[in-house]
Amino acid sequence: MVEALRCYALVAAAWTRAAAQYRLSLCLMILATLLITGLDFVEILIVFANTGRLGGFTVAEVGFLYGVAATCLGVADLLIGSIERLGDRIRDGSFDAMLLRPAPALALAAADQFSVRRLGKLVQSVGVLGWSLSAVDVEWTPPRAGLLLLMLASGTVIFLAVFVIGAAFQFVAPGGRETMNAFTYGGGYLTQFPLGIYARHVIQLVTFVIPLGFINWYPALHLLGKPDPLHLPSATHYLSPAAAAVLMVVASAAWAAGLRRYRSTGS
Amino acid sequence: MRVYLRVAWLSCRRYATYRAATVAGAFTNTIFGFIRAYVLLAVWHARPHLGGYDATDTVTYCFLGQSLIMVLAIFGGELDLAERVRTGAIGIDLYRPVDFQAWWYAGDLGRGGYQVLVRGLPPFLVGALVFKLRLPQSPTLWLAFAVAVVLALSVSFALRYLVAMTTFWLVDNRGLETLSGVAALFFSGMLLPLVMFPGWLEPTARALPWAAMVQVPADVFLGKHSGVGLVGALAAQAAWALVLLLIGRLVTQLASRRLAISGG
Repeated sequence: MVEALRCYALVAAAWTRAAAQYRLSLCLMILATLLITGLDFVEILIVFANTGRLGGFTVAEVGFLYGVAATCLGVADLLIGSIERLGDRIRDGSFDAMLLRPAPALALAAADQFSVRRLGKLVQSVGVLGWSLSAVDVEWTPPRAGLLLLMLASGTVIFLAVFVIGAAFQFVAPGGRETMNAFTYGGGYLTQFPLGIYARHVIQLVTFVIPLGFINWYPALHLLGKPDPLHLPSATHYLSPAAAAVLMVVASAAWAAGLRRYRSTGS
Repeated sequence: MRVYLRVAWLSCRRYATYRAATVAGAFTNTIFGFIRAYVLLAVWHARPHLGGYDATDTVTYCFLGQSLIMVLAIFGGELDLAERVRTGAIGIDLYRPVDFQAWWYAGDLGRGGYQVLVRGLPPFLVGALVFKLRLPQSPTLWLAFAVAVVLALSVSFALRYLVAMTTFWLVDNRGLETLSGVAALFFSGMLLPLVMFPGWLEPTARALPWAAMVQVPADVFLGKHSGVGLVGALAAQAAWALVLLLIGRLVTQLASRRLAISGG
């Protein structure tokens, strides 16, 4: 594990030095990434310019949902977002080179083309989260603050697992990179709004099948004191770490299975 | 003329080889269509006649947007031009006995035409299975919509061409390309219908070229324009396409004058 992290850090540092060679372009990319993710929040602001409440949530409360989801996605994306290119690596054969190196393939694939420009995303999300913490009508007692930290950690693990599962899927379908975006970026987008606005079966889907609801929705229901549209027991509010752990097990099994199945593309 | 038709056809065929990626992309567009549709419906539940749209209009708009996203290459790119300038392969392109800009234009129209079928239809059809969507009520309107999409693609191409041509000066233009993608995403009406933009933001966005990409074709599709208004909307799109393409020609001349290919 330590060795894997060391390899990951080495490769990531090399890519950062490479990107720093085109400084103007790197700065523009960070700015552009900040703007692109900023646009998601502008979208929320424009929605609230038209209506005072969305699914019973105020702009600060949606800002909180957004802040948590986007921060978790931002950390996961910064750490292993590059893994979505695995399909391209399989197709052009360069994944074989990774397998030959004396380091875990997952660490190498995750650090591949590591890009600090993704920090732009994170800066913006953390900013919105910080604003929303003071804007929502919640008294931040130690237990509540603890639940907040727990939801941030669990949410990040859930997104990390989704990234790994999406990458494992590319062992089966190397051209399927965009399918993964539906769950990673799509998952981030879906959870930035109150789940109550979606159809009932959509909420059930992201609760029982793909546990995206545990990134922010269920703990937030408790913190913000909102009713649960599915009327699940209140213990659900604290289940995020369990959901994250289960998904992590699924992810590592999927990655191992994908790697076992991999037969290279070349001669 | 025949050579450009051939370029368009071959570009069409080239994109037809990426089948798995196409299915994956259409799937993702459809998922985003659903999420956005629910968000918009929640807004329209509170404001039923916002900006002259009813709930059916706005859901139709939402799926149209997802259908056009790849056809119009909203996020930018989809032109090999920049990469070929970086690698120097552009020397061969400039050497061809055809018009440089028209060559790329024809290729992009071929790409767009193919993606209407594979990336445009699926999200809309799947959306229509779940939600009530509105279709143009007359053949004239269908025809006008087809023209509007071709003009939208022309505006999109002209802008992406300009961004790609900056590679002659910048070498690495990916930062600029991403920024221009952000502008297109926001001001075209792709992110949210421009009718939702508050105050001065709506008229400003409508006056910019990006509005010709999603908002105008969608309004034509929904029958928001008729008679002179319809002709005016299409004419405004055509004017933007023409102006931007002409600027592109000018830039092409400047770029080819300063070009020096390394290597041998």
